[in-house]
Amino acid sequence: MDVDLKQVEEAAKELYIRALKMLPPDIKSGIAALARAETDATAKAILGTMIKNISVAEDQSNLLCQDTGIPIYNVSIGRDVSVDGYALKQAIRTGCERATREHPLRSSVVHPVTRANEHTSCGRGVPVINIDFSDLNQTLAIEMIPKGSGSENSSWLKMAIPAEGVDAIKTFVVDCVLESGGKSCPPTIVGVGVGGTADLCVHLAKLAATRPLGSRCADPEGAQLEQALSAAVNRLGVGPQGLGGDATAFAVHVETAATHITMNPVAVNMQCHSARRARATFTPGGMEYGY
Amino acid sequence: MAHYEFDTPVDETAIRTLRVNDTVTLKGTLYGIRDATQIHMFDRGRRTRFDLAGHAVIHTAPNVKKVEPSSAHPAGYAPICVGTTTSARMERFTRPLMREYGVRMIIGKGGMLAGSLAAFAELGGVYLAIVGGAAALETTWIERIEDVDLDDLNPESLWRFRISGFGPLLVAMDSHGASLYTELQKAAAGRRAAVLASLGVK
Repeated sequence: MDVDLKQVEEAAKELYIRALKMLPPDIKSGIAALARAETDATAKAILGTMIKNISVAEDQSNLLCQDTGIPIYNVSIGRDVSVDGYALKQAIRTGCERATREHPLRSSVVHPVTRANEHTSCGRGVPVINIDFSDLNQTLAIEMIPKGSGSENSSWLKMAIPAEGVDAIKTFVVDCVLESGGKSCPPTIVGVGVGGTADLCVHLAKLAATRPLGSRCADPEGAQLEQALSAAVNRLGVGPQGLGGDATAFAVHVETAATHITMNPVAVNMQCHSARRARATFTPGGMEYGY
Repeated sequence: MAHYEFDTPVDETAIRTLRVNDTVTLKGTLYGIRDATQIHMFDRGRRTRFDLAGHAVIHTAPNVKKVEPSSAHPAGYAPICVGTTTSARMERFTRPLMREYGVRMIIGKGGMLAGSLAAFAELGGVYLAIVGGAAALETTWIERIEDVDLDDLNPESLWRFRISGFGPLLVAMDSHGASLYTELQKAAAGRRAAVLASLGVK
């Protein structure tokens, strides 16, 4: 399959806008489920406002949240796909710039030292473009995630040591949820990376935070951790917006990787209640949008 | 737990009547302010021509569209999506905002810290919590962008919005030393040991 880069550019533009306006169905039903189960009156009202906001955004075709985030594109290239990788990255970047100028969107991206804003949502190394390969035949998928700063500022890495064991991982996650409080816009998806190198560990936490609700970690050890931690953090009473209640997190998601005999790294990256993502899938039959 | 309707600006007496868990709906003028706005105002010696005395400021940097100035869009900007950002980053600016400019209400999400709470008690101010991430709804409470200052910092300019029915907002920190965030953080921290024990942490 040959990939049409003009179509990729168009999709990169459209995906940014779609992600900002329409929440994936798993997140929408996740908020509804939390609202039904909530026992605290203030928390129930806050969750109700979030649900109302989703329908206002849909009715008016407006952005769910003002924070257009740092744009992230996750590209998954299947087998028997022919594409110029360098040009693919250029096409995504151009699509991202066009979304910002043509909609228009607030550019939330600045140079880290001068704080200069190019008003394109782009800059050095941004949009973040991650490229990986899959075993799907003749399929190219692009997932777009506008990562908001309230939740991204709630990110931590701890290079724990083997003697501290899995207790260090559990304690770290609970303490990060406490430390984050209302700042990460809860209810959140708490993304946890376990193992790897320092950078891989943080990347795993981001993958975990942006996974669909209802998905499980492919590693049974990770799946067990996410089940135990999901129940635990929701007993802290942080609640929606940090104002108390049952609904602190939709879930804790864990991703794992092998690590060094001397290492026990754990990272946390949060995703806010407006857990936005959009996906475009290219196959020989055409291009389709989804989540 | 009472509900109040305020027409901005307000005086100190009105602010002192508010207690945590009360709710407030605002109309009139609202100012939008952000990290860079306050860094420039308080660290780099810039002043705004706006009179913020008795007013509310909201921690925001909106999505806007440049348009021809008209009566509907006097500043040449149409609001697209106006939301709220995490307040705690701007903690150290609460006191100078109140002391130098007479600001009485700060609207934000996630709460502020001890320095702000002390400033609210001393100078007569409150923190009003809005639901973060509910910006599409919040935008329906904005009538228009009336004016803008320090616009070289766009989108972190100092925005003047005309609002109506802006709320209900929750009084989460009052001028009598009460903060819902402090109370809830203390309660959550108190549950930490039991939660860790339930995870089998030794």
